[in-house]
Amino acid sequence: MSTLVEPTRAAFTKKVRPLPTWLPAAIFVAALLVAYALLTAVGSSGGGGRVLLAAVLADVIFCVAVFAVSAPREGSRRAKDRVVTAVVYSCFALAVLPLVSLLASTIHRGAAKLTLDFLTHSMRGVGPRDDLGGANHAIIGTVEQVGLAGLIAIPLGLLVAIYLVEYGRGALARGVTFFVDVMTGIPSIVAGLFIFTLFIVILGFGYSGFLGSLALSILMVPTVVRSSEEMLKLVPNELREASLALGVPRWKTILSIVLPTAVAGLVTGVMLAIARVIGETAPLVLTTFFTNSINTNPFNGAQMSLPLYIYTLATQPGKFYNPRAWAAALTLVLIVLLLNLVARTIAWWRAPKAR
Amino acid sequence: MGDRVFSGLAVGAGVLLLAVMAAIAVFLLVEAVPGIRADSKNWLVEKTWFPDSTPSVWGISALAFGTVVSSLIALVIAVPVALGIALFISHYAPRRLAVLLGVLVDLLAAVPSVVYGLWGLNWFSPHILPFAHWLNDRFGWIPLFSGTVSGAQTMFTAGVVLAIMILPIIAAVSREVFLQVPRSLEEAALALGATRWEVIRTSVLPFGRPGIISAVMLGLGRALGETIAIALVLSTSFTLNWHVLEPGGNTIAANIPLNFAEAQGNGRSALIASGLVLFVITLAVNMAARIIIARRKEFVS
Repeated sequence: MSTLVEPTRAAFTKKVRPLPTWLPAAIFVAALLVAYALLTAVGSSGGGGRVLLAAVLADVIFCVAVFAVSAPREGSRRAKDRVVTAVVYSCFALAVLPLVSLLASTIHRGAAKLTLDFLTHSMRGVGPRDDLGGANHAIIGTVEQVGLAGLIAIPLGLLVAIYLVEYGRGALARGVTFFVDVMTGIPSIVAGLFIFTLFIVILGFGYSGFLGSLALSILMVPTVVRSSEEMLKLVPNELREASLALGVPRWKTILSIVLPTAVAGLVTGVMLAIARVIGETAPLVLTTFFTNSINTNPFNGAQMSLPLYIYTLATQPGKFYNPRAWAAALTLVLIVLLLNLVARTIAWWRAPKAR
Repeated sequence: MGDRVFSGLAVGAGVLLLAVMAAIAVFLLVEAVPGIRADSKNWLVEKTWFPDSTPSVWGISALAFGTVVSSLIALVIAVPVALGIALFISHYAPRRLAVLLGVLVDLLAAVPSVVYGLWGLNWFSPHILPFAHWLNDRFGWIPLFSGTVSGAQTMFTAGVVLAIMILPIIAAVSREVFLQVPRSLEEAALALGATRWEVIRTSVLPFGRPGIISAVMLGLGRALGETIAIALVLSTSFTLNWHVLEPGGNTIAANIPLNFAEAQGNGRSALIASGLVLFVITLAVNMAARIIIARRKEFVS
């Protein structure tokens, strides 16, 4: 706190004339033009890198110019404040930039190949020079694997959340809370490695979609617990007390009062958990392995999935492989976006009722 | 009766979760031991990966080096930007815009890592190459940026892609912390005539420092464990190279899927051993971050 500037008498008496609001905007436009001109003059090479470089350069020019204009009139403290504001705004732009670029290139490159044919055909028997085949086998695998992972992780996560909110006391509850948080940080490859060592190396199972589901559920449980815990905590205690006072046993109170009250929030959390694991690739490399054919049985034999499909195709040199990878990426991103959208809509629809 | 069954189920689920954590450590350790025994003298320092040859020669030093370097690059880039975003959402943007932008940052986190990898390999690498050349030309006198640029599948590119991937978690956690700063602290600073930046420098940042530290550690944990994006973006090699603009290098996580298909016996065991090391490191980082956050919570309430 001691670094706070002491207000002097001068600070109170000096009249500050703030810059007109249009001036920073004008300086910004000017900075953009100058940066562009400078880059053209230097003759730097083209592409998206150049746009980025121009933006960064414009930002620097803007900061310097604003400080130079503002400092003599408003004092260096206000000038500094303006510069920091500019830096904070550009940080945000810097984060949105990759997102926009990522979405744009995925849509641009994926849309061409994303046809009904692509969605309904597998890669079985497709040669390296054929522009045929699709991701049907991968879509089936993803749906089955994530579905099974959900069947394991959602009840388990919900039970853990119920334990933490309704029963949890003492050291065990603290331990579980702590390790749920730590579990969110487990690298997905380690989860895959664990399932691999236990089931394939030690117990001698073969690769299968189900083992992939087990690995995914390890990654899913902490997310489900965290979000459900928050939702269950929001249920007002009066509801529980009223039910218990009527002689309803605890477990029935939880099942018929607490859970239905929180159901929208629970669904939201589950959706986000699914969206999170649906793109996990690393654990599947070790547990489901690769195949080009449709395998509808998740309990037996190698099974493909969308992330694995993208991963394998991304590194293949043939000219037909890359468009397929992008089309699969677009499919995956669309699914994730859809799940997020539904989750947020539920959360938003629920919000007014909570008040 | 029903009560006992139900509470038993709930407690059982909690215990199961702890058991899974323990099982991960135990089973990885059990399977890692044969590999470590095969090359017990060198497995920490060796820079090659021939665990299946006789004698088995492999070591994780090059992998650990790559993991640390790529994560450090990611942190150096991501931390200031993420803090900027967190400040923007918590203190600068208008309310409605802040909500929208919060959603956008969450979307950054929701995009699957394999899509980042594909994007990093096919779009980002070619576009960052001119920038890498420029860094090399202008700042080649700094050892870090020296060497010959001959492609963009480098530690530097991997680090930048990692930075984009860990931005959301650092931004989200520090935003939460910034929103927790007591209004009275900020208003006191404002009442003294402080500008917005002075309010942030004198009350928001000092108050949020433990939260920022734990946010950075969570980001670090994620960067250390990222697998597929690195496996796609980096052209891997077993080298210990400080020149981040030169192709090559590898990370513990990325090495596992890349070498997995061909690995047998000792090879698998060696991969599992490297995974165990990664698990221990990320566990330590995440636990430290969580302990800092937990301590903070007690302080706030």
